[in-house]
Amino acid sequence: MADVMLQFYFRKWKQQINMSNSNYITSVCSVKNGNISINNKIDFTNTENSSAVDFLKSAYSHYQLNYPKFYKMDSLCKLAFITSEILLKTNRITEKYNQEDIAIIIANSASSLEIDTEHQKAISNKENYFPSPAVFVYTLPNILIGEIAIRNKIKGENTFFIFDKFDADFMSTYINSLLNRNKATSCIAGWVDFYENNYEAFLYTVESQHEGFGIEHTNEQLNKLYTNNA
Amino acid sequence: MEELMDKLKGEIILQLNLEGLKNEDIDSDATLFGEGLGLDSIDALELIVLLEKNYGIKISNPADGKKIFQSIRTMAEFINENKK
Repeated sequence: MADVMLQFYFRKWKQQINMSNSNYITSVCSVKNGNISINNKIDFTNTENSSAVDFLKSAYSHYQLNYPKFYKMDSLCKLAFITSEILLKTNRITEKYNQEDIAIIIANSASSLEIDTEHQKAISNKENYFPSPAVFVYTLPNILIGEIAIRNKIKGENTFFIFDKFDADFMSTYINSLLNRNKATSCIAGWVDFYENNYEAFLYTVESQHEGFGIEHTNEQLNKLYTNNA
Repeated sequence: MEELMDKLKGEIILQLNLEGLKNEDIDSDATLFGEGLGLDSIDALELIVLLEKNYGIKISNPADGKKIFQSIRTMAEFINENKK
């Protein structure tokens, strides 16, 4: 009964949001299978690396991202950091909007399982019990939002969701709600997933207006964009 | 002492993921935190773990940390004095 009620209110909420102003996807960056795409065009390819982390390091060097803390991050944060850096160089929303009004809404499927496993190994032997503080601090997936926020001094609304797969319907509804209710002026959103050398990042910016690149931020358009970048 | 300081530099580079740095890039007397190597509070915790894991030394009084972790040389001196 509660589930039916929830679905009813979610549908009603969506109808209200859909009747409100339009918002736009104003830039997109995806990182997957040794390729980095910006606004649907491949910008960097390196398929020679044996590991995902080596690929991310090669991308870090290629884009000359000068941020020594990158090397201390776990793999999930490295992936999020590189994708967000390229996205925000493409579309400098941090210069257009007050940093307190920029939201960051990101989701994934594996949570922080990659680094959780490493931490588990460090604490599994009671005779050799040396948990690493630098590993432990990354054992939550929303830390990647913190890394993006610290780097760009963003102080707006932020939330991290765990889904089985990218949920364009939920993401578009949630983010449109934030923008239409003036909880944020723009948003960095998407999907950043890393587990066992498999990685996928798909980050995009959402704004209420656009110049040049601009795709209406609806479930259908977002799904199409994600599928094209997958 | 020189040998221990060199070993310590290698261990710190590895433990703190100071990628791109070599032993010879680290001045034995430069400050580890702030302007020197630019380490942060999480790195300080890593150094405490390093001392315990690699040298069997526990820092019983956290207030001593500031003096011990001032530089590679002060760390090496502390290890020499307290190594079991």
